[in-house]
Amino acid sequence: MSEFLQQLVNGITWGSVYALIALGYTMVYGILRLINFAHGDVYMLGAFIGLYASRWFRAGENPNPFKALLVLLTSMVLSALIGMIIERLAYKPVRKSPRLSALITAIGVSLLLENGGVLLFGASPRFFPQIVAQENIPLGLGVTISNQQLIVIAVSFALMVALRWLVLHTKVGKAMQAVSHNHMAAALMGISVDRIITFTFMVGSALAAAAGVLVALQTPKIEPYMGILPGLKAFVAAVLGGIGNIPGAVVGGLIMGIAEVMVTGYLSPTYRDAIAFVLLIVILLVRPAGIFGKAVAEKV
Amino acid sequence: MKRFAALVFILLALVALNVLLPRVTNPYHFQVLMLIGINIVLAVSLNLVNGFTGQFSIGHAGFMAVGAYTSAMFTLKLGQPLVASLSLLPEPVAQGLALLLALMAGGLVAAGAGWLVGLPSLRLRGDYLAIVTLGFGEIIRVLLLNIEAIGGARGLPGIPAYANFFWVYGSVVVVIVLSGRLAHSTHGRALFAIRDDEVAAEALGVDTTRYKVLAFVLGAFFAGVAGGLFAHFLSYLNPSSFTFLKSIEVIAMVVLGGMGSITGSVLAAIVLTLLPEVLRPVKDFRMVIYSLMLIILMITRPQGLMGTRELSLGWLFRRGGAAKEPA
Amino acid sequence: MKLRHGLLFTAALGAVLFAAGCAGSKDELVIGEYGSLTGGDATFGLSTKLGVEVAMAELLTSKQGKIGGLPVRVVVEDDQGQAAEAATAVQKLINQDNVIAVIGEVASSRSLAAAPICQSNAVPMISPSSTNPKVTQVGDFIFRMCFLDDFQGRSVAQFATQNLGLKRIAILKDVKSDYSVGLTEYFSAALKEMGGTVVVEQAYTAGDQDFSAQLTAIKAKNPEAIYIPGYYTEAGLIGRKARELGINVPLLGSDGWESAQLLEIGGDALNGAYYTNHWALDMPEPKLQAFLKTVREKTSGTDPDAIAGLAYDAANVLFGCLEKLAADDPATFKALASSKAGTPERKTATTKLRDLIAQTKDYAGVTGTITLDANRNASKPLVVLEIKGGKKVFNTSINP
Repeated sequence: MSEFLQQLVNGITWGSVYALIALGYTMVYGILRLINFAHGDVYMLGAFIGLYASRWFRAGENPNPFKALLVLLTSMVLSALIGMIIERLAYKPVRKSPRLSALITAIGVSLLLENGGVLLFGASPRFFPQIVAQENIPLGLGVTISNQQLIVIAVSFALMVALRWLVLHTKVGKAMQAVSHNHMAAALMGISVDRIITFTFMVGSALAAAAGVLVALQTPKIEPYMGILPGLKAFVAAVLGGIGNIPGAVVGGLIMGIAEVMVTGYLSPTYRDAIAFVLLIVILLVRPAGIFGKAVAEKV
Repeated sequence: MKRFAALVFILLALVALNVLLPRVTNPYHFQVLMLIGINIVLAVSLNLVNGFTGQFSIGHAGFMAVGAYTSAMFTLKLGQPLVASLSLLPEPVAQGLALLLALMAGGLVAAGAGWLVGLPSLRLRGDYLAIVTLGFGEIIRVLLLNIEAIGGARGLPGIPAYANFFWVYGSVVVVIVLSGRLAHSTHGRALFAIRDDEVAAEALGVDTTRYKVLAFVLGAFFAGVAGGLFAHFLSYLNPSSFTFLKSIEVIAMVVLGGMGSITGSVLAAIVLTLLPEVLRPVKDFRMVIYSLMLIILMITRPQGLMGTRELSLGWLFRRGGAAKEPA
Repeated sequence: MKLRHGLLFTAALGAVLFAAGCAGSKDELVIGEYGSLTGGDATFGLSTKLGVEVAMAELLTSKQGKIGGLPVRVVVEDDQGQAAEAATAVQKLINQDNVIAVIGEVASSRSLAAAPICQSNAVPMISPSSTNPKVTQVGDFIFRMCFLDDFQGRSVAQFATQNLGLKRIAILKDVKSDYSVGLTEYFSAALKEMGGTVVVEQAYTAGDQDFSAQLTAIKAKNPEAIYIPGYYTEAGLIGRKARELGINVPLLGSDGWESAQLLEIGGDALNGAYYTNHWALDMPEPKLQAFLKTVREKTSGTDPDAIAGLAYDAANVLFGCLEKLAADDPATFKALASSKAGTPERKTATTKLRDLIAQTKDYAGVTGTITLDANRNASKPLVVLEIKGGKKVFNTSINP
């Protein structure tokens, strides 16, 4: 039983990370109908920016929560800027193009970030410094949670709550909702569609970067290709929850994380990566709209 | 009569080149030439799915892998003993026969996989289908990595090198001609209709289900053939040759060429196989340049080189006596 | 139309570059090197490049970069970590760059793709660290500078049972790496022979970040030690996670652990671990220490990994054989440099070179004293390192 609970804790930790990344995917898809393949690579960039920020702020030498927060915020802000640049330079020009072209562009950006990362950061994995001192906290029943895992879960949820508030209770958020329903109608209402799209990208990128830093906290090895699989899995999570749906992304992420850890622990670890895709295929066959999605009839 | 003569001419040309080329070209250039041929088969096969039918398939490397491993195992278990027993025939003929059988086996099993992947396509559209095909590609790769009997992570060495110029470029000719004939047939028109507007096509009585699955099956079959050629050319297989990156390479060829254009796919396959060789002097930046090119291409000319046009080789594709297409 | 122009330009550029590659007919000794300079395995290709570069730099300072009066040049090609690319790269090196020998590759999968080409062209190939036995079985022109997995796996079993007195060992292998899978097989077989048992075998995939599931399962079986025959990238993380989960038994590793970053990633969790390797950086051999010094200067303080050391030895063995050929058989030596790929003179010359390489005996390299056996594999002692107090310390040496 304790093993099960331990796995559950691990699953929720990973699930929170997938949820953070999935949020970015789901928002961008909702607004642009584009699978942003490069999203996983922004997560990677976030981790690397965090690495350099930690060095700059010397956060690893005397770990203190204030500096750690600074590292997180720096990474989020800079990644948001990168997200904006990517959107303006690579995605805006292909907005009117056929969907496959946009997909290819996204793949191209992803490859560019990965290989550019190798050029910039070197191919060897790097070690992310301990910006939060590690402690194991026993929860009883033989289950331990490290304070890093706790931080991952807490920060993820804080960010998700913040996002929800942003989308539901601010003007910008409402504009985002409007644009995701119908670009033209939103434009007619006086919303600058371009600005909102860029803003969405920035928010999504910031969340992905946060996920990157949080993951680097608890598994300190980072390398330029680290974003590929988590990115894909987070996309599956977004689809699972209903793509375009924010609470759906959170739920999907958690399910994804828990399922993965359970399968790895109880079935076979070597099929870990395949699980995500099996889940995807199952959900798409059974309920393509996802858990919270609504089946939308295609208008002729 | 004209068509028969053309066929004989092509066959003779292939045999002649098969004998001549290895002798006159630098083996490195020859190697690149063979890889170009294999990539052309891949690109044209994917074009059937993405270009003709408008279905987003981004897991093509999976079908290639299935065909590669199937044909390799076929040759290792059945093909080689067969060649040994056919010692009366001249060796190239016996080997060619074994290769043909292996390619058929690989292609058929890959087609089966294509059918399996095509089934969910009945219900999915666009991006969802893309991700499902990606998923299948990854699942296939993970499976291959874990099956020790075909080598797993250690790969499968020692595949006899039966693939020569004749077979590779013979396959190229076959896949191009078949695609061309398909494009000009009623089936082809059904595929194009699905690409242009699936709902309208359905409303007009086109069995979209059947045709979408057909596209997947055909595309997968030829990808499997390409995989078989690859296996018998490199003599070694490893699951790491069939990652998502490989699928992207093939997609890049189809998109660069212009989705729906066979000549486009051929041209693009040639360009994109040569490009890494040309970029060798800047090898550190090779991948960065490649990805930049993809992005710039999509932004500046998303319809690719040929759009949906073809280089018309009238007498190959036109049915005897058919009227010319109205301008 | 702009794109058409672009294509024409690319084609022209390509033609020029091809031609440029073919031109150049001065006598020189060209050595080829192929590795993954880009792609997921890039660290290994770059390490190989480093080792060969240091060897070449030393040749430049000591002999103006010449052997037997002829200049030596190294051409490096990237295979992007792909088997098909490795084959193409080697074809280019042999037939376009006219190399007389090839150094590469680290990964057995790429070596296996390229070896048949080297063999059929009669060009000697020295792999610094491919460990799949099938690599040298391709033919008599294929050599390797490292010991095989069977020796390494057996040595770990020997060390565990005899030096540490352990019997019940768990294995956590990397299912994606043929190296790891191979070591696991040999280790298990040897351990059984020596009276031990493998209590459980778990697996992960290279690139995984999380091992809690596997380690939790291993903990439940209560082993006396865990053998982790994978790469340093995961070994460090596994060590940490194991300690987090309260697993405090010794960890055993293989030469894949060897990296300057092992301790960075693993930290204190790896204290009390042992791993088998080609060298121990604290051994006082002058050649080794000189090599270390050069590399530290070149890379601003980073230590080389074993692959760089093996590549360095491979290059030097090659240089040594070339020297010998120049001294013993000047006519063939000259033919080596002046002949073109594919000609009979070239074949004779490279075959002579191959024979000399095969005779390598007791060569004092930085990665140990190397003798190439009848199967062209390196017979050399293996070193067991212990991690004590955050440092890698030499523990013992096991001879073949």
